[in-house]
Amino acid sequence: MKSKTMPSLAAIGRFWFPVLALVVPLALIVVVTGHFGGLSLQRTVIEMLISIVIVVGLYVFVGNSGIISFGHATFMAIAAYASAWQTCCEMLKPITMSGLPHFLRDQSIPLLPSAIVSVLLAGAAAFLTGLVIMRLTGLAASISTLAVLFILNVVYSNWDSVTMGSASIVGLPTYVTAWLALGCAVLAIVIAYLYQISAFGLAIRATREDEVAAAASGISLYWSRLIAFTLSGFLVGLGGVLQAHYLGTVSINNFFLSFTFLALAMLIVGGMGSLAGAVVGVVVITAMVDIFRRLEGGISIGGQQWSLPAGTQELIIAGFMLLILVFRKDGIMAGREIGLPQQPHREKGLING
Amino acid sequence: MANIVQVLVDAIALGSLYALVALAIGLVFGVMRLVNFAQADYITIGAYALVVPTASVTPPLLLGALPAALMIGGVLFVVVVLALLTERVAFRPLRNSNPSTLLISSFAVSYFLQNLVMLIHTGRPKSVGIGQSLANAVEIGGVRVPGVQLLTMGVTAGLLVALVLFLKKTPLGIQMRAAAENFQMARLLGMPANRVIALAFAISGLLSGVVSLLLTIQTGTLDLRMGLMPVVYGFFATVIGGMGSLPGAALGGFLVGVASVLLQTYLPADLRPFRDAGVFTLVILILLVRPQGLIVTSAAKERV
Repeated sequence: MKSKTMPSLAAIGRFWFPVLALVVPLALIVVVTGHFGGLSLQRTVIEMLISIVIVVGLYVFVGNSGIISFGHATFMAIAAYASAWQTCCEMLKPITMSGLPHFLRDQSIPLLPSAIVSVLLAGAAAFLTGLVIMRLTGLAASISTLAVLFILNVVYSNWDSVTMGSASIVGLPTYVTAWLALGCAVLAIVIAYLYQISAFGLAIRATREDEVAAAASGISLYWSRLIAFTLSGFLVGLGGVLQAHYLGTVSINNFFLSFTFLALAMLIVGGMGSLAGAVVGVVVITAMVDIFRRLEGGISIGGQQWSLPAGTQELIIAGFMLLILVFRKDGIMAGREIGLPQQPHREKGLING
Repeated sequence: MANIVQVLVDAIALGSLYALVALAIGLVFGVMRLVNFAQADYITIGAYALVVPTASVTPPLLLGALPAALMIGGVLFVVVVLALLTERVAFRPLRNSNPSTLLISSFAVSYFLQNLVMLIHTGRPKSVGIGQSLANAVEIGGVRVPGVQLLTMGVTAGLLVALVLFLKKTPLGIQMRAAAENFQMARLLGMPANRVIALAFAISGLLSGVVSLLLTIQTGTLDLRMGLMPVVYGFFATVIGGMGSLPGAALGGFLVGVASVLLQTYLPADLRPFRDAGVFTLVILILLVRPQGLIVTSAAKERV
């Protein structure tokens, strides 16, 4: 960063190392499971990559600002539904979703433009909500994001003529492959990284450490948080579109408290203070969920069929999250990025909740 | 005319229920800055303690089969023990963390408890019959008031008075108010921190237990998420009332209850399903006008 005119290759390497340290292992996972893994393992990997897009999106606001948001599933839902309205089930739409405006009801929109429109819509929704909520601080802001989640849930599960209520919209084109999911995960990681080292990112991280001191240094709490909230709305919206077109269905029940808990658990377990924490958290929790899901499904040892009772997985995840909170409050990565060995990352000292 | 009185009675009855929940949340928030999500599961578990764990829709009664006094005592005991247990296991080790960490840990506790209930009792809703005699309406001056509503209002009024007397007149109550005002200072002056926090949890458990019973008598059903909506309303009540202020919590509870009933009654029929969205929007609007809540306490003010 010192000399702008002629950055050496080493400098570029050092600059991008925290990103490469995350992206390269992910790419390796995709290649290896693509060649040697079974179908169910490949599906888990795609789900993990989509979760990375979502959790990194959540991190952009929660991690940098230090304000817990319970409301991000809202923006995912907005993007997922928007994408469903544009792309799904052309024949059934006039009957099942009769309340849609003409241009949506009677035609489908190509996949790429529809995805872009959906993501933009999620970002716009985040901006509008942020305009209101970012005036609040601390717990009042957190609880208001919860109010936003409930508002959306009530509206979408009762707005039958447009959202089909609490029923699922089925028949979305499924186009999400491991490589596409990887591409989006890399995009999210790069955007989050560039944001957090930008002037805006540094400003909001200063407000996280000390609101009063940051405000006294001329940082606007309101604007710095609004920018983060909006950007994170875009990224989470991208996650929503991906999930919708991976599963092929959209249902409002998937964007409520359980989902919010899982996403927050991923962020907290990895450590919400750093981008590496967000990604590591997703990988760890996805692995745990997958292992326990398989154990609940039943395995056979020595001819005997063993299985854990359904619901064990949720108990273990919640218990694990509590253990992390008690014994390693800043998560697995403790707010650190993965830096080059000889140059420990500078931000080490900054993060202590 | 009778109609308006009827609506008013509904509003006050619902408001009292929310006020109880908000007080339970507010007490714990006062002494340790924890917004306790798990409060919802205290309510749920209190109600589930009434029945034997089976998969059937109409399960045999467990605590619910006891005579009224023992049943009430039993449910309150279960919830108080549960509240103390969560405090000891999950919240005490985190006592010096920031409010966000505490909030998240209570979210995890809530998720844990909810899935535990599901594991034991299965996820399907169950019906339970206790206090059927209370469903009968009592006629007062031309207005028919269901017994449950009278009970809710009476119990809330009684508990409010008892709580105020406790907080103002007993040494422990005074210590609790001191802790809510300035925990560090109170501790330096010899307030036993562990005992006061445990007491706050015990009282919040007691209030939650009362809410479980009232809710179960009212609806006659048990559901995994039965505690969720009252507690979410309770959250919003404490926030608009002013975090850390107990009169604020009670006031906020009444406000959201009244708003909810009024919207339910006077919204056009096709907008009625969206009632909750209206209440939550109202909450955000109130916060915009008064970000610190209606009653601002010294604890809520920013110290520089």
